[in-house]
Amino acid sequence: MTSPHEQKKRKVSGSVVVTANRLGDGAVVYRTIDDDWTTDLASAAVLAAPAAAVLLQRAEADGVRAVGPYIAPVEFGADNRVLPGNLRERIRLAGPTFTLPGAA
Amino acid sequence: MYRYDDFDQTLVHQRVAEFRDQVGRRLSGALTEDEFKILRLMNGVYLQLHAYMLRIAIPYGTLSSEQMRMLAHVARRYDRGYGHFTTRQNIQFNWIKLEEMPDTLADLAGVKMHAMQTSGNCVRNITTDQWAGVAADEIEDPRIWAEVLRQYSTLHPEFSFLPRKFKIAISAAAHDRAAVAVHDIGLRMVRNSAGEVGFEVQVGGGLGRTPFIGKVIKPFLPKRDLLSYVEAVLRVYNQYGRRDNIYKARIKILVHELGAEKFGAEVEKEWATIKDSALALDPAVIADVAERFTYPDYERLEDNPPALARARQEDRAFAAWLDNSVSNHKQPGYAIVTLSLKPVGAPPGDATAEQMDAIADLADRYSFGEIRVGHEQNLVLPHVAQKELPELWQKLEAHGLATPNVGLVSDIIACPGLDYCSLANARSIPVAQELTQRFRDHKLASTIGRLHINISGCINACGHHHVGHIGILGVEKNGEEFYQITLGGRADEDARLGTLLGPAVRYGEVADVVEDVVAAYVELRKTPQELFIDTVKRIGIEPFKERVYAAR
Repeated sequence: MTSPHEQKKRKVSGSVVVTANRLGDGAVVYRTIDDDWTTDLASAAVLAAPAAAVLLQRAEADGVRAVGPYIAPVEFGADNRVLPGNLRERIRLAGPTFTLPGAA
Repeated sequence: MYRYDDFDQTLVHQRVAEFRDQVGRRLSGALTEDEFKILRLMNGVYLQLHAYMLRIAIPYGTLSSEQMRMLAHVARRYDRGYGHFTTRQNIQFNWIKLEEMPDTLADLAGVKMHAMQTSGNCVRNITTDQWAGVAADEIEDPRIWAEVLRQYSTLHPEFSFLPRKFKIAISAAAHDRAAVAVHDIGLRMVRNSAGEVGFEVQVGGGLGRTPFIGKVIKPFLPKRDLLSYVEAVLRVYNQYGRRDNIYKARIKILVHELGAEKFGAEVEKEWATIKDSALALDPAVIADVAERFTYPDYERLEDNPPALARARQEDRAFAAWLDNSVSNHKQPGYAIVTLSLKPVGAPPGDATAEQMDAIADLADRYSFGEIRVGHEQNLVLPHVAQKELPELWQKLEAHGLATPNVGLVSDIIACPGLDYCSLANARSIPVAQELTQRFRDHKLASTIGRLHINISGCINACGHHHVGHIGILGVEKNGEEFYQITLGGRADEDARLGTLLGPAVRYGEVADVVEDVVAAYVELRKTPQELFIDTVKRIGIEPFKERVYAAR
């Protein structure tokens, strides 16, 4: 939950994913273990923070499919489901926290 | 309305073609993100939390019904059916795909709209009073000068890479509705002792992490010198403004560090070299710009027609709206109607495509096809015959556009906040939504009177929290949203920054705190007519602080 300028400076510990925005439409994507991108957090590569640096490096080299990759925290739900680790990441995954105009 | 010429139309079309090529090269990988970012920002394209955002300029806040219909089309065709009017007379769409951005801009270009000067370190969209040309308290129409500045500043090669963005606002009325004191350059049209009209020039106003009220460096600038003097200010800033630290790069920091007097002296020195250059404004050029603004062919009508008085007596809801949202027009028999984009529980400043189409139709039927956008994130129908107000009200009601809360506690300015914005630390919109629920009772809101709440989701202050009568700033503490509350700010002709009330409070406490502040005001005001802002000025923040923090 901090600006992108600060995202990369922030030390993230615990379990993490590498996330970015898809180039063509800006959709939130997560890096998979086989160096692909997915919009499904459950399919993302979940790593311990130090190991994620390598995944991030490879994601940064992939500048055509996704923009601005960074390491984001995750946590685990009761059923061991991967969940975003803070409010900013929850909003990125689920969208705005209110009903969008005209959608009610 | 202003009628653009062929030069403008060609420029806008060429710009779309250029950007289409740039987007194509980015999507193919020929351009890296670092190379592309500056190009997309020159075309109003930001990358936000979930998607790209396109910010479109509405120069001096004037829109035709045709343009509003195009915005509705963009909302439907390329976005998710709505748009967000901002505090700087722009509109933002939150969900447009980069792949479709060139087509979106091409459609907009068809009605002479564009996204130039809505981002990047250039002179941004020139803003002014949303009542320009119709306000009863106006010296003259400031849009003529805003248009002169627009023509001068659009794609100006010397000022396309300033140390930081640069915002100019103009007001020509006794009451400042354009918040000129919090702009990099604030221009107030004034009369000198000889009765001539010119500009009072303020510089170095701005909000963000280091807020300042602008300082007057030129009490009276003749009209002919507007461009040369603005250029002198820009040159001094361009030369001395800091480029080494983004947080110290705005002109306000330079003016503060040099002092207004020294800064003004530097401007005078520069100005002396260009004052009589080609920048000196020829009256014929001004006349040509003025001539391109068309004004309605008003009917000769009387003020306060009997039909209006009857409708007021017969319908209390209509009377409430009339008292709240309808203002005096300089033309007898006409009125200025503000359309609240702040219905209870809705995101401030948002309008759906259906509402945009309805507003366009109503503008054609009742307001000579013209619409205005104000910095408070509401819209205006600027030329409505008073006799037609009852009929218009019914139609606005049907589209959720007649909430009688203009200038009241629920007429909240809010930035997109953490729900959309990649810079934000905390949410703004849900805070605003909760507050509109708390103050939804019109009788209560009327009893409270004029009160502006401004909310920003981060220190960048897009929600103008520093100058809210009650300002709310979202911050992050250990991963949790907290909110600082300020009191006593204002953005009008008596502009000042709010004072921090005390320690930040949690998300769930904000509405309670605001209710406590408002309850304290109602108890402490000298008379029911004393406005909140005047009570704060008279007694300071301590009584409010005691009330809020004693219970917590």
